[in-house]
Amino acid sequence: MSAHHHDSHSGHGEGFHGELGHVVPYKTYLAILIWLLILTVVTVAAAQVDFGAMNAVVAMIIASIKALLVATIFMHLKFENPVTWLYALFPIVLLAILLAGLFIDNPFRTDPQHATEAAQHAANRLAVILRIG
Amino acid sequence: MSHGLFRTEWVAGEPPDIHHMDVPTAYDAAKLGMWLFLATEILLFGGLFAAYALFHWAYPTEFHHASKELNWKIGAFNTCVLLISSFYAALSVDAAQHNNNKKVVRYLLITLGCGLIFLVVKYFEWTGKASHGLFPGTSGEHGAFNSPEFNHSYRMFFGLYYCMTGLHALHVIIGMAILAWAANLARKGRFSKRYYTPVEVGALYWHLVDLIWIYLFPLLYLVG
Repeated sequence: MSAHHHDSHSGHGEGFHGELGHVVPYKTYLAILIWLLILTVVTVAAAQVDFGAMNAVVAMIIASIKALLVATIFMHLKFENPVTWLYALFPIVLLAILLAGLFIDNPFRTDPQHATEAAQHAANRLAVILRIG
Repeated sequence: MSHGLFRTEWVAGEPPDIHHMDVPTAYDAAKLGMWLFLATEILLFGGLFAAYALFHWAYPTEFHHASKELNWKIGAFNTCVLLISSFYAALSVDAAQHNNNKKVVRYLLITLGCGLIFLVVKYFEWTGKASHGLFPGTSGEHGAFNSPEFNHSYRMFFGLYYCMTGLHALHVIIGMAILAWAANLARKGRFSKRYYTPVEVGALYWHLVDLIWIYLFPLLYLVG
């Protein structure tokens, strides 16, 4: 718990270590709020433009920037120890594994005709690769 | 077993009488415990996000039409309300760190007010959708899109919409209860820079509620 015994240096930028947690300056909180509101406008504006298949990706990237601002400053994650970072990151890794598994598995699990086509496609690819090999 | 948080006897501004831990360790342990709980919350919503991603991928056109039923202006308004509420929740922690219980109460009341506005708006949004026949598991009165395939995916969108926003609203209500409890302790002058754990962990929970909505808004109202 050595973080709590740092020398308090008051004032600019990052704030200082208080008696317990980190004390963030009021101006930093306000700046983050303004950025979050601006990014909300950006999300809405971006939704008016058609990026095709990238629509969802663009929206998720903007949402993740907002989430990062909330987590690091509002939730003080920036000033937390590595164990807290581990706790914050492991559910995101698990979620990524779940999504990856779903999207690898799903093409073979929709309607039977779709599955047959996908399997046929995979078999053709494999045949081409083997013939070249 | 006397538990620190619920003890009735305490000294204003002093941590609860915890004999087996020093003050910073008790504070860090409580905070880490809340982060672990938040991790399970992300996984809880993660299952719904995964379901949404999968069905959105399977029925992009139908989800697009179904999401057009939602009013993005209302969604954007509620997003701003929650962002402002999170800002004031962060300020309430700051006030406690500066030994100012009065400001803790004031900022938490603003946070609670924002939570209430969010819920009232959501109530009118839900009842509006329901009055058009868009309940969970129904496809409404959309004669133009009456193919069985379309109805199926339309139902899927609104099923997910009600599940995700409903579970989120439940979290708003629980978060408001926690912050109201913390505000009541602040009203009694309970906190100081030496002890403000309920404000800190309550605010952490509230920020998570905000985080989830940051993803729900574009997914349901914009991308769809």
